[in-house]
Amino acid sequence: MQDVTDMDTTETRRAAIRQALSLGFAVGISGLAFGATAVTSGLTVWQACALSLLAFTGASQFALAGVIASGGNLLAGTAGALLLSGRNALYGLRLAGVLGERGPRRLLAAQGVIDETTAIAVGQPDRGAARAGFWTSFATLYVLWNLTTLIGALGTGSLADPAALGLDVVAPAAFLAILWPRLAESWRARWTALAGVVIALAATPFLPSGVPVLLAAAAAVGATVLGGEGTK
Amino acid sequence: MSVWVSILVLGIGCYALKLAGLSAPRGLLDRPAVGRFAAAIPVALLAALIAIQTVTERGELAFDPARAGGLLAAAAALLARAPFLLVLVIAAGTAAAIRFVYS
Repeated sequence: MQDVTDMDTTETRRAAIRQALSLGFAVGISGLAFGATAVTSGLTVWQACALSLLAFTGASQFALAGVIASGGNLLAGTAGALLLSGRNALYGLRLAGVLGERGPRRLLAAQGVIDETTAIAVGQPDRGAARAGFWTSFATLYVLWNLTTLIGALGTGSLADPAALGLDVVAPAAFLAILWPRLAESWRARWTALAGVVIALAATPFLPSGVPVLLAAAAAVGATVLGGEGTK
Repeated sequence: MSVWVSILVLGIGCYALKLAGLSAPRGLLDRPAVGRFAAAIPVALLAALIAIQTVTERGELAFDPARAGGLLAAAAALLARAPFLLVLVIAAGTAAAIRFVYS
């Protein structure tokens, strides 16, 4: 019996690593787009690289580059980009329980708390697989995102457009694939997801980008309040 | 405010936000309501993000047939129980094909 359980755990870990590598490669190379956008926006190559190394959260990085490109106010632009990364704090809240990392490992793990790694970690059936998936996707994404930021920044103009290859749909497709099993098994998850979509899209015309996704957390509050014990 | 200051503030701020969530006290997470909230967060936020990345452009609602088609193809692949990597390839391939035909 013990052997069977061990084999199951190894198998779930392997599956998590495979999933993390697929998403890591597909999304990691979009650093090309960020590097190119950053330099086109007026950042230097080293500023583009520093942003990817330090901030390491795509949406905020693009937001700051956009403000610089439009010659907007840097203080307001920085605050807006920071607001965009507010959801990572909520992801951290979830991952604290899923990963159970402490001490120096937690300090390191914190840098990796983003959309993709959260999606991979929460989609796994056990803690071992969640940890394997989180660290694999974090390492793959961090290395590739920074490497491709540099390549994109250096090679601005001479690169193929990632959108022409359909790479801009990889992240949403991956998030859908990861949420799929939960949506398939639970009405509560379906209503939560639908409420999140409706809130975010309804808020989009009225609020600065980044805020609508953060506002979708209200759907999670709703699920917490309405979801009784025992309902999935 | 120079661009470098901006980059440093953003880098430190983003890290602090990530760490703050990850360092939530154990006792807080053990409360059933907080646990349910934390479990529902990725579902609500990732679903919102899917919608934002698919049907908005620079903070405005915008229908892009390529991205919408790619996501629909991904959903079809998932219904057919395709493996993860194949779902991503089908989504990107569909979006690329739609763009190629309409450009």
